[in-house]
Amino acid sequence: MEEIAVLGVGMHPWGKWGRNFVDYGVHAAREALDDAGVDWRDVGFVSGAITVRCGYPGYVAGSTFARALGFTGAQVASSYAACASGATALSVARGQILSGACEVALVVGADTTPKGFLAPNEGRRPDDTDWLRFHLVGATNPVYFALHARRRMALHGATPDDFAAVKAKNSRHGVHNPNARYPKEFSVEDVANSPVVSDPLRLLEICATSDGGAAVVVASMEYARRMGIEDPVRVAGISLVTPTYPDTVIDLPYLATDSAATVDPPDLTFKESIGARVYEEAGIGPEDVDVAEVYDLSSALELDWYEQLGLCEVGEAESLLRSGATSIGGRIPVNPSGGLGAFGEAVPAQAIAQICELAWQLSGRAGERQVDGARVGVTANQGLFGHGSSVLLRR
Amino acid sequence: MPDTAPTKTRVPAVEGLFTTDDPPHLIGGRLAGTGGYCFPRDLGGADPAAPAGDVEEVLLSRTGTIWSFTNSAYAPPPPFVITEPYEPVSIAAVELDEERMVVLGQVHPDWGTDDLAVGMRVELCLGVLYEDDQHEYLTWQWRPVAAGDQAGEGT
Repeated sequence: MEEIAVLGVGMHPWGKWGRNFVDYGVHAAREALDDAGVDWRDVGFVSGAITVRCGYPGYVAGSTFARALGFTGAQVASSYAACASGATALSVARGQILSGACEVALVVGADTTPKGFLAPNEGRRPDDTDWLRFHLVGATNPVYFALHARRRMALHGATPDDFAAVKAKNSRHGVHNPNARYPKEFSVEDVANSPVVSDPLRLLEICATSDGGAAVVVASMEYARRMGIEDPVRVAGISLVTPTYPDTVIDLPYLATDSAATVDPPDLTFKESIGARVYEEAGIGPEDVDVAEVYDLSSALELDWYEQLGLCEVGEAESLLRSGATSIGGRIPVNPSGGLGAFGEAVPAQAIAQICELAWQLSGRAGERQVDGARVGVTANQGLFGHGSSVLLRR
Repeated sequence: MPDTAPTKTRVPAVEGLFTTDDPPHLIGGRLAGTGGYCFPRDLGGADPAAPAGDVEEVLLSRTGTIWSFTNSAYAPPPPFVITEPYEPVSIAAVELDEERMVVLGQVHPDWGTDDLAVGMRVELCLGVLYEDDQHEYLTWQWRPVAAGDQAGEGT
């Protein structure tokens, strides 16, 4: 796949600021434009990641941000794919650039979130599996996270201390991140002393919901060269795969998996296929990766991602973690930003924030979080209802 | 949770997902042409070989093995209906024998997470999700096999 250049990145710090999401998005966009050295009036395309929690302006996030920055006649689109929205918005921008429709594009996502569990929209909707799982089972998002955690314990010998150690590791990383909502170090004991949310997962292991904004300025390689940038961070792969039938791993928001009664499951699970596709696009493999930003919606899910991204064999995530390999300074640091554990999730901004962190890492600008010599980074997450999301950056 | 009050009518909390006869069954779908199963009947058709939504109604296996389990220690938000005081609901993902699919459900309140294990054999029963003055609203639940005779609710 032909590459595009990442010219600049920017974020509004995560938190519970209680302001309009547009403020966060504009702050992040201006920071990214400054970082890129690109004038807003030169941006040919604005790719907004949608928020569904902030009314109509959120549904048309692209034009909302464009108007707040000042209408210039730039082209615009808005994308929604739940947690994968940011990667989808980046993919739309890449398509515009590679088709020649524009040379430089701005990708922005921001959110203002309510406190507590994410829950479905109001109204009785028995034909919506997202409504059914709450109404008939009481299956919140942490319930699904915990099902996977318990499964790891049964299959691979994971312990609650392993899960807590993921949180502790990410908190040590996040201390050094000025954009993190919780720049505070937590110990395994702190985790063990927090209340159980869904057994075996505890409150400190479950991703909070946050306000925040993130933005990326991307351009054609030719545009980067004209700016005198010979060695930009590049987007080498974007994976937006859906599952392949039959998907027999239960995941939110479903009440049931597909059936393997008549068709065997594919060789790769859905989440494994997300990474496989991004490596295929980039023409490299997991052994080439120096740093990863993965969706630790729970501490335990980070261990699943180690395997699903091919950073280790299935069943070896616990030993990889315990060896220190996934800490900064280790062989393959994961979530040097502090991850969702240090941020909380701002849904449409989060996949873009992953890209921001990797861009800082690959350009040697991550300060005390720096992964020495990082040249290749991969992100992974997953949007509700089968939206895969992975981006591979390299330099 | 009180025993069944004889004056209240027992109705499914949502129609069309399970039978309320004895023993109860989940109502699933069987895809025409391929024979694959889905649940709920009308929300499961992801098979590209059977994209037309041509689904025959079938009753699914009543037994399976626990794929994983957990609980909701905190009260879930609406549209879950809370009966005060909230008691943590245990939840199991169960792989059905014949259908080779995993189905989520509450665990009968007589059993908690300490009583469950991955690989444990369970069977389908009914339980009261919530009630009002006239009705008990039912949902399907899982309970350990061979424990059925001690169950307080349903069959």
